[in-house]
Amino acid sequence: MTATREAPTATPAPDDRRRGFRVKDLRMMFGGGQSTARQFGILGALVVIVIVSQIVTGGRTLEPSNLINLVNGNAYVLILAIGMVMVIIAGHIDLSVGSVAAFVGVIVAISMDRWQFPWPLAILLGIVLGAVVGAWQGFWVAYVGVPAFIVTLAGLLFFRGANQFFGNSTAVPVPRDYAYIGGGYLPEVGPDTGYNNLTLLLGLVVAVAVVVQEIRARRVQERMGAERAPIWVSAVKVGVLLIVVVLATLLFAGGRVGTSYPFVGIIVAALVLLYAFLTRHTIIGRHIYALGGNWRAAELSGVNIRRVNFFVMVNMSVLASIAGMTFIARSVSSGAQDGTGWELDAIAAVFIGGAAVSGGIGTVVGSIIGALVIAVLNNFLQLQSVDAPEQQMIKGLVLLFAVAVDVYSKRQGKPSITGLLLRRRTEAPSAVDTGAQTHGPSGEPQETARPKDLTPRG
Amino acid sequence: MAADAAPLILEMRGITKEFPGVKALDDVSLAVRAGEIHSICGENGAGKSTLMKVLSGVYPYGTYRGDIVFQSEVQRFRDLKSSEHAGIVIIHQELALIPELSITENIFLGNEPTRFGRIDWIEAKRRATDLLARVGLRDDPDTQVKNLGVGKQQLVEIAKALDKSVKLLILDEPTAALNETDSQHLLDLILGLKGRGISSIMISHKLNEIERISDSITIIRDGRSIETLDVKDGVDEDRIIRGMVGRTLGNRFPRRKTPIGEVFFEVRDWNVRHPQVAERMVAKNSSFMVRRGEVVGLAGLMGAGRTELAMSVFGRSYGVFESGTVIKDGREIRLRTVQDAIDNGIAYVSEDRKALGLNLIDDIKRSVVAAKLTKVSHRAVIDEADEFVSAERYRKSLRVKAPTVQEGVDKLSGGNQQKVVLAKWMFTDPDLLILDEPTRGIDVGAKAEIYQLIGELAAQGKGVVIISSELPELLGLSDRIYTIFEGAITAELPASEANPETVMRSMTSARRRVPA
Repeated sequence: MTATREAPTATPAPDDRRRGFRVKDLRMMFGGGQSTARQFGILGALVVIVIVSQIVTGGRTLEPSNLINLVNGNAYVLILAIGMVMVIIAGHIDLSVGSVAAFVGVIVAISMDRWQFPWPLAILLGIVLGAVVGAWQGFWVAYVGVPAFIVTLAGLLFFRGANQFFGNSTAVPVPRDYAYIGGGYLPEVGPDTGYNNLTLLLGLVVAVAVVVQEIRARRVQERMGAERAPIWVSAVKVGVLLIVVVLATLLFAGGRVGTSYPFVGIIVAALVLLYAFLTRHTIIGRHIYALGGNWRAAELSGVNIRRVNFFVMVNMSVLASIAGMTFIARSVSSGAQDGTGWELDAIAAVFIGGAAVSGGIGTVVGSIIGALVIAVLNNFLQLQSVDAPEQQMIKGLVLLFAVAVDVYSKRQGKPSITGLLLRRRTEAPSAVDTGAQTHGPSGEPQETARPKDLTPRG
Repeated sequence: MAADAAPLILEMRGITKEFPGVKALDDVSLAVRAGEIHSICGENGAGKSTLMKVLSGVYPYGTYRGDIVFQSEVQRFRDLKSSEHAGIVIIHQELALIPELSITENIFLGNEPTRFGRIDWIEAKRRATDLLARVGLRDDPDTQVKNLGVGKQQLVEIAKALDKSVKLLILDEPTAALNETDSQHLLDLILGLKGRGISSIMISHKLNEIERISDSITIIRDGRSIETLDVKDGVDEDRIIRGMVGRTLGNRFPRRKTPIGEVFFEVRDWNVRHPQVAERMVAKNSSFMVRRGEVVGLAGLMGAGRTELAMSVFGRSYGVFESGTVIKDGREIRLRTVQDAIDNGIAYVSEDRKALGLNLIDDIKRSVVAAKLTKVSHRAVIDEADEFVSAERYRKSLRVKAPTVQEGVDKLSGGNQQKVVLAKWMFTDPDLLILDEPTRGIDVGAKAEIYQLIGELAAQGKGVVIISSELPELLGLSDRIYTIFEGAITAELPASEANPETVMRSMTSARRRVPA
């Protein structure tokens, strides 16, 4: 607590000063913003689930082959969740992603199987096709004003039909080369170290990136002149992350010979980095949040809301096409049932990851964590030989409770349950910090002469 | 009070209603005689609507102090339903009809005539036809309400009230959205109801109408009842206006000594249509100009078209643009989108900071830079340190009460939120700022700070346009005032000629007054 921020009227808890450690520092480890507090909670949940699963399954959860399966088997949800969170932040929903993935998947498979497209060209075709589908749906949402729920419900039906129409409702095989993007591993190169060398290299790159990122973040904080977390906070944060990176690297690199970190995992990681950056640090990202938070205010601040709506819809379908392409690669063929129910998995991941149904709130990283929560939970239930019906029921309850906790904590004006627990301990100092009157939106008599019929232009 | 006093049907005694931090009504009394039309006059925010909400049970017994005596009995209304049961029906500015339902369905909504538990539509339709005849509406009772004009919808509301055997009808700005003919018809109907012994309370800004049909007028100012005038004693518009504005203006407004420069912004022959009602013009041939370092006031009653004019200029963010030109620094500019307006150095601070001004999920720093992200980014990537530092500068200079710019704007008080909105627009480096009700709903201290700020902006050579329903504020700040009535600019008054009477007169009538 810096001296200037402490109001003289305050009576700070005596142990507060002696402690020298504040729970707030912990939160700063994860960035310290509003939304990061929510991620913090769900990340905690993920860690707990992994540990419990590891113990209950007798160590089978964190075995190399299981982890590799986890990444391979859930890549499509992770990819979809990235796009879906952006759609949901903007205040929409996309129900068509499973069908779009299946549609693009079958066309890509046919292009290689029947039209003899080389696989790079087929991938390009898939992405372009995804963009075209997205432009079609985006047109109706952004420029005509049909609710995305309806447009994409139509898309769900239409593209499912299109998948079966073009694929004749049968499986279309894909070539071996192509299957690498969905089921391949980093190859074995270099000396025999007992580990997969490329995976080790990848781990090293990630470790360096973690350190560099933290240094950069501290430098930005310094330029802000803002209160910085003590150096030990950074050290502990980096330390914890490095341990995780090292362990994960050794696990992925130390599996059965021939397996290593899956190639599709690299696609996922690249997309997560790209979109986390896009949503957090760029103007278009800011516009998506602005639009979802209050589209009328955004419009009056110069945001071209149609263009932004169009972008998120196109983007979603492109990501759906990528998800579809990796999936057919993994299953070595495109089928009529591909992508069934994917939209629901993606939406569940996004909401477990802390996004708000009303829009404006959510993060890419949070959604990825949400997707991992479902994935690990699924995996745990499978390892315990729980049958599919029970799995389904448990998944439903997890979604309900995760969002209920969030809704409940928001109603209390708290960022999350974890935030609630943390807040209780830091209540006194943070109340002093504020020093601002906080009239809620309670009944100020506000008659407004704003035209009642304010509508978007056109 | 007149000698032939009919018995009182309603007496409200010592009504006091407080909201957190605001005393909306302070010991207000109102006495309405049986069979009269009683008007309530006052400026926007004086407390008229609050008083009517107390009377109709929207603010239930126990949330206010004082007594309501209706038909010689002290009433304790719990809600709208219980006041309706007693015979008091309120018709709001915003009509409470369901557009997709028919006239009949609307009239009997919540009160459907039944036969053996089933809705008796035959009976309902018969009664609806009857009621429609009484209000002089000749449409088929099966017509969907959305297909009726506002005037006819108003009549349906009254028909609905009549079905509830209304004894006291409250009309809140009944003619605000109506054209001349529909207004006439409605006023005649109210007079007709009076002939049948139904009393009415009417809230209206249109003083000529009030003068024409009222028997008595109660004036409310700053949450207090000032006086009750008997129309038979001879009351004219000027008398009402004096009652409404009769307060002394303090010197809360900073005197500015900076010289006013040349004209740099001009809007010529501006015509805009209503976004839905194509035949309604919300701006009619409006022209105005702003000089450098000048504060220009736009005066008008609620619904006169002040906000509509401002927003339509600000990148066509309201209505359907018809014709007109905008000239800035001697050359015509096109403002097709909000972005165009921002790029041309125009800022519009909306009157509704929560709905239109801020994203309440954001913190202060994100809000401050929201309208000009390019200023804190390189190649579309936002520099967060730059953003933080810029926002921090505004937080300090505008004295926003928050520990850091990372505070969520939803946690700020109204005055501080308004400062954030102002910071957001100052951040865009505008030459012209249009401030729409910049001090609505904020406390006196923050108001004074915002007045100060407006003075500073003008001193920097920026043009400031202020829209305000608070006449004293407008008079205190403006170098020049335009008055707007029903979408048209009716007068242009320099500060030397603007006083509450002249301004109020021009904003309540269409007669164009040219300053001498």
